[in-house]
Amino acid sequence: MSRLQVVSGKGGTGKTTVAAALALALATEGKRALLVEVEGRQGIAQLFETEALPYEERKIAVAPGGGEVYALAIDPELALLDYLQMFYKLGGAGRALKKLGAIDFATTVAPGLRDVLLTGKACEAVRRKDKTGRFAYDYVVMDAPPTGRIARFLNVNDEVAGLAKIGPIHNQAQAVMRVLKSKETAVHLVTLLEEMPVQETADGIAELRAAKLPVGRVMVNMVRPALLDEADLELVRSIPRTALAKSLSTAGLGGARRGGGADRLVDPLLEQAGEYAERYALEREQRSVLTGLGLPLHELPLLAEGMDLAGLYELATELRQQGIS
Amino acid sequence: MTSDPAPAHTPAAPRDGAREGTRGHDSARRLGPTRVLDIDPLLDDPKTRIVVCCGSGGVGKTTTAAALGLRAAERGRKVVVLTIDPARRLAQSMGIDSLDNTPRRVKDVDGDGELHAMMLDMKRTFDEVVEAHADRERAAAILSNPFYQSLSAGFAGTQEYMAMEKLGQLRARDEWDLIVVDTPPSRSALDFLDAPKRLGSFLDGRLIRLLTAPAKLGGRAGMKFLNVGMSMMTGTLGKLLGGQLLKDVQTFVAAMDTTFGGFRTRADATYKLLQAPGTAFLVVAAPERDALREAAYFVERLAAEDMPLAGLVLNRVHGSGAGELSAERALAAAENLDDAGIVDQETGKAAFRNSPETQGSSESPADSDTATEAPAPDVGSPAADRASADGAVGQLTAGLLRLHADRMHLLAREQRTRDRFTALHPEVAVVEVAALPGDVHDLAGLRDIGDRMANGGPTGTA
Ligand SMILES: Nc1ncnc2c1ncn2[C@@H]1O[C@H](COP(=O)(O)OP(=O)(O)OP(=O)(O)O)[C@@H](O)[C@H]1O
Ligand SMILES: Nc1ncnc2c1ncn2[C@@H]1O[C@H](COP(=O)(O)OP(=O)(O)OP(=O)(O)O)[C@@H](O)[C@H]1O
Ligand SMILES: [Mg+2]
Ligand SMILES: [Mg+2]
Repeated sequence: MSRLQVVSGKGGTGKTTVAAALALALATEGKRALLVEVEGRQGIAQLFETEALPYEERKIAVAPGGGEVYALAIDPELALLDYLQMFYKLGGAGRALKKLGAIDFATTVAPGLRDVLLTGKACEAVRRKDKTGRFAYDYVVMDAPPTGRIARFLNVNDEVAGLAKIGPIHNQAQAVMRVLKSKETAVHLVTLLEEMPVQETADGIAELRAAKLPVGRVMVNMVRPALLDEADLELVRSIPRTALAKSLSTAGLGGARRGGGADRLVDPLLEQAGEYAERYALEREQRSVLTGLGLPLHELPLLAEGMDLAGLYELATELRQQGIS
Repeated sequence: MTSDPAPAHTPAAPRDGAREGTRGHDSARRLGPTRVLDIDPLLDDPKTRIVVCCGSGGVGKTTTAAALGLRAAERGRKVVVLTIDPARRLAQSMGIDSLDNTPRRVKDVDGDGELHAMMLDMKRTFDEVVEAHADRERAAAILSNPFYQSLSAGFAGTQEYMAMEKLGQLRARDEWDLIVVDTPPSRSALDFLDAPKRLGSFLDGRLIRLLTAPAKLGGRAGMKFLNVGMSMMTGTLGKLLGGQLLKDVQTFVAAMDTTFGGFRTRADATYKLLQAPGTAFLVVAAPERDALREAAYFVERLAAEDMPLAGLVLNRVHGSGAGELSAERALAAAENLDDAGIVDQETGKAAFRNSPETQGSSESPADSDTATEAPAPDVGSPAADRASADGAVGQLTAGLLRLHADRMHLLAREQRTRDRFTALHPEVAVVEVAALPGDVHDLAGLRDIGDRMANGGPTGTA
């Protein structure tokens, strides 16, 4: 199991949620996982119902069996100041640069620079060891930018090449790339069983592979329960409505006569079944596209009542049962 | 598939009938005191020149924009739709998948109007702005500068800025009666308003001015601190990134500055366009907690900015033709059937599969069906078969009831989130669009969405 797990996917498909569930799943049995966020949106804090995270590693959850999940919201400006401090001991000067807007400038207009700082911080956490020589974190899980930007985001070497051909940033980029292109890293993509996210997933995988970045698993999120199976759907097409009316009547839903309570339910129920069948067919089509990608697939259920902490633990358990760790 | 749960067995009012008649009483109750957003008068009004579809990610902005454009065109207007990142199949069906960054006339549009559509190419729009404002040599210098390339390819906010830019261009051409604008996918609908200014003020910012005019500053007293800052910065960044970087930055900034003369001014101008009479904002949202929370923020923001809100399009709303059967009762009934016991299901299903009398049309409830409590005549096979068929039917019926319970729970959740929004913003006119079971990827689908929008909801079966 790779120690750096990067979670990407189309916007809104559940990257943050899945990354958090994955961190919980990986942290079970006394393990320690760090969940990092790079987009400055405080999605992790929201999900764990805590205050905004500072630029500092903090324990935010305890996993079943005593594991721990830490979280870190990486701020590119602070990461740059950190970095300047580390290499040039520039405490006050760093603040002056910040005042001038130089830090803002450097971290926004030069996306390659920003990305190398963000990925660099995550890679540093992956490699960090404590005094006993043990890794500080067993796993680092990154809630990463969406599919459309993920390959560029991780491929920092190419990105900074135009900006910095030599010098410390260049060296940093190379060090980061060594981790990102190794077996230490796996990039997972979250998708839904819908056309656009599935298409984006396929495109994203091709792009990651072209960049020689290690692709991990496909996480199908928000999967709806299968209330009718293939055989049911076939029967729906052929069943006489009278038989259905009678069955509904047996169930205690009024008369099966024409105009009776049960009879009046037949059409709307069949209509709902028809919609279900249409969606079922679409989902099956998308599932087969995903299967064709040749990567391990995981499915996470749609939590109908919306997401909360209990739901997050539920998803983590689901991932563990599907053999994620 | 109805947000208008008039039972499907009552004949639906004709779609072009009286507006009130097309709305089920239940749906009217659900909307309560909320105003209904009337789409057609908005689209038909010659004073409406720009419609902007905003909302958080994935709610249906692009679909809504395309559907509105098509509807307005088919009602006789000359329309252009500016889409951003449309789904591939939708783009293909409109013939705009070629990415040449100019509007194309869409074929197979009914009526006297015209529909033109385009898909925004962000980088190309940016390049065009450069080319239009700089002489050839300078333009080439900018286009090949690494900073320009980073900026144009994906600086946060560039897409929003360029959408505005393109809107400004289309409006300036004055070729269309109506421009319908889609907005870029982003978590927050507010990004559309904030990002261009952020980019503009960033490019016009203090640092940029410092970088472009270091010599000027150097000569002045009182600017000493800044000057120290400057040299420190150039030194540090130079060390950090390698020397060439600052030269690139300075070339870039100088070139941009002399050719553009103020990004901020430009951003402000398009911003004003959005405040002008003739512009109408539609906020698109799904009946989900996050989407409606974003919608509420956006509504408040528009009000604060004096931008005209036409209303809320509540997209992908669910309904049920059997709304009178509660989830609880449906589940209890399903359990009754489970308890009744099931014999060999597979045989039973096979028995029906081969049955000659098939369920023809669920939409013609008043057809020849004269069934009574007696079993259907064709099920007169041997008793064992009958029993297993009953078992399979029982299982199916239980499944249909569970499906219904699921639907009713969904309706209740959607209802709660919608009520919360309405309580917060009773002044906002709302129109509901039913969720179609499949994607919307062709003109027929867009037309259907347009009809549903105009009727405040579907009028019967999907
Ligand atoms: N399995 C699930 N069941 C129910 N709701 C879910 C599930 N997964 C995610 N959600 C909800 O879907 C929404 C989007 O999820 P999330 O924020 O994790 O997505 P994201 O991909 O990180 O989005 P963004 O691209 O905006 O960062 C959230 O409201 C979340 O609570
Ligand atoms: N009323 C509807 N019924 C069924 N499907 C719909 C409906 N409206 C939109 N869709 C589908 O939902 C998906 C997302 O829609 P669309 O692309 O319009 O959203 P968007 O808000 O533009 O998303 P983004 O923020 O990514 O740009 C598409 O597959 C579209 O076909
Ligand atoms: Mg997220
Ligand atoms: Mg869109």
